Amino acid sequence: MELTTREFWGLVHGLGLGGLFLVAFAGGLAGLYSLRPELVTEAGVAERMRRLVAGTTTMAAVAWATVITGTWVVYPWYREDEPNSPRSALLASEDTKDWHEFGMEWKEHIAWIAPMLATAVAVMVIYYRHDLIRNQTARRLVTGLFVAAFATAAIAGILGALITKKAPIT
Amino acid sequence: MEAHPAQPDAPTPAQRADVDLTSKPSGPIAAAMIAAGIGALVLGILTVWAEASEGFKESLAYNDRVGPLSGKTIWATVAFFVSFGALSLGLRRRHVDLAKATVITLVLLGLGYLGTFAPFFRMFAPE
Repeated sequence: MELTTREFWGLVHGLGLGGLFLVAFAGGLAGLYSLRPELVTEAGVAERMRRLVAGTTTMAAVAWATVITGTWVVYPWYREDEPNSPRSALLASEDTKDWHEFGMEWKEHIAWIAPMLATAVAVMVIYYRHDLIRNQTARRLVTGLFVAAFATAAIAGILGALITKKAPIT
Repeated sequence: MEAHPAQPDAPTPAQRADVDLTSKPSGPIAAAMIAAGIGALVLGILTVWAEASEGFKESLAYNDRVGPLSGKTIWATVAFFVSFGALSLGLRRRHVDLAKATVITLVLLGLGYLGTFAPFFRMFAPE
């Protein structure tokens, strides 16, 4: 039982970084949702802010790492100009060519919007810190961008998983 | 009755609301949001332009293995960080209307999402 180098990097890109992104999002969203004066004490805010800063910063860093490994490490193997590359295999059949022409072409572009949004969220959280609990407008804005970053990454991630199932990189 | 001179920098009601809500200027926050929108928009424009022009698409292929996606993503990332830096410098001490900044961000992001949506940018491919 062993993995090829390509399979290993596919796992790092999709499962490792993707999984970490999901965990960071879940933690960050819970922290943002509960960051309301009626829900936390002064001491609770300090503890929660540390987690929130860590969660949003991790999410931004992981989002950048995911798109960089995806584009510069895994994607070249996907698009190799060889008959058995995943791209060639998908385009060879009318039944599967939409997985490339719609799925992959959308995924490879939209994914890059997620780290920009996640970075904006991290900057907002680091900048406002404790003020986020008083400034509910900013908290709602941060939450909205945070969810948008996740939704964007989710579209790319789900398409990536489905494409890998149809035509794995081996 | 003495007339008061006009104050061009006087905050609007929305801006005053922001000032009341937090002691920190909202400029850096607007800068981060709008920069994300600019990055998305640049990616969308480059994606549509590359689809419409084979020559432009080839010019974006800075790396043979990655192809035109390398140029599109490099320039979108540069646009994001440069606009974030420039907007942060310009807005760092200002209280800006966050509602306006949000609308601007949503429009930029919307255009970016549209430009990177495969069925949309494929409409610009030559026959």
